[in-house]
Amino acid sequence: MGLLGRALIAVEKAVKVPLFGCRMCGQCILHSTGLVCPMNCPKNLRNGPCGGVLVDGHCEVHPDRACVWVRAWEGSRRLPLWRDHMERLQPPVDWRLQGTSSWANAATGRDRIAPAAWAVSDRGASTAPQG
Amino acid sequence: MSAAARPPHSRLEALLRAGEFAVTVEMQPSNGADPGEVRRLAEPLRGVVDAANCTDNPAAHPHVSSLAVGALVARSGVAPIVQLTCRDRNRLALQADLLGAAALGARDVLLLTGDDVSAGDHPEAKPIYDIDSMHLLRIARTLRDEGKYLSGRALTSRPCYFIGAVENPFAPPHDFRPVRLGKKVEAGAEFIQTQLCFNVPRLREFMARVRDAGLLERVFVLVSVYVARSIRALRYLRDVVPGIDVPDAVMQRFERTPAERQAQEGFAMALETVAALRETPGVSGVHLISIKGQDAILRLIEEAALLPRPEPKDQEPRTSATY
Repeated sequence: MGLLGRALIAVEKAVKVPLFGCRMCGQCILHSTGLVCPMNCPKNLRNGPCGGVLVDGHCEVHPDRACVWVRAWEGSRRLPLWRDHMERLQPPVDWRLQGTSSWANAATGRDRIAPAAWAVSDRGASTAPQG
Repeated sequence: MSAAARPPHSRLEALLRAGEFAVTVEMQPSNGADPGEVRRLAEPLRGVVDAANCTDNPAAHPHVSSLAVGALVARSGVAPIVQLTCRDRNRLALQADLLGAAALGARDVLLLTGDDVSAGDHPEAKPIYDIDSMHLLRIARTLRDEGKYLSGRALTSRPCYFIGAVENPFAPPHDFRPVRLGKKVEAGAEFIQTQLCFNVPRLREFMARVRDAGLLERVFVLVSVYVARSIRALRYLRDVVPGIDVPDAVMQRFERTPAERQAQEGFAMALETVAALRETPGVSGVHLISIKGQDAILRLIEEAALLPRPEPKDQEPRTSATY
């Protein structure tokens, strides 16, 4: 990777880690999840909360913290755009992209390459371009 | 159901399609390698339940594998619902086990995220979570309906199973739960079993929203009922098992009951819940759970007038081999 590539990763990290607790998964869906990073969910869920959310809306793994997906749902209700994105089926994570720049991957379309049969069986929801 | 034109994949699917009120139970997990232990639990269920869930390391405690229990249960003449979680396996292992379960005779599968390892007796373990339950549902459907692995590589024969998922109408964010169910249906779920229901009004709210979203034409909903034997068990569910809502009114009912009559009270409460669920529009059946209390479940099925179990009138379900 060239200097420019590394610089882009550094800038993305500097911006998104303090703001969103970004985990640099390289396939950002923040705007589809109420601007709350889903990779902070201990189960790496990309499509909504698990069934173990505590009665007070906290995480079953970290009971001292609010569930990432409770925050995502509430956040998405406040967004003027992308509200309906919470209904969209998000494809499986491509773990090869961990640590790469999601901005670069969005520009090249690399982050929208889903496994072959995912695209085949999909009815269009999950591979729709993310705003 | 829109897919009514095709033959059912399992006996459970045939019964649900025929509008029968289904009865499933949770197998008590086994901790040894003696197949007799599973057989002794399974045999009394033959002809009494429509299918039995074979759990996959429930509460993140290792037990005999769900595939093995499923095969043993099937040999005892009971239809297994083989559960697979995303906690312990990546997408390769999950696809292998979906095919393996079908090859061993499972006609129903239930696909879920799974309790976190921190809830179990090996909290130091590495949790996997390569994919989530939505992805696993879609993969199961792709294997069955497209005859392909997620990679696109072709199978030589397709597995035959009815695809189940779980939903928890009682956990926050409540407004999102019906939406999430819609996503699971979109991903591939054909039936769901809910988390334990101690709160019928909340369940009815959820069902109304599921109906309004048009989901009842696409998915069957079975609601889980717990047969409590003591207030201690209820406290454990409320305080230790994540995602279970035991309302104060239920706790107070048991607090007023002397210890020696609590099992009786738990049985009465389960009976009332089953009756309420049968009258709840959109509920297609019950899933009965008890901790080491299979006798109470068998008695409940009898006293709730759920016997005899119907036989599917539909054509014989397909098998994986004749798919």
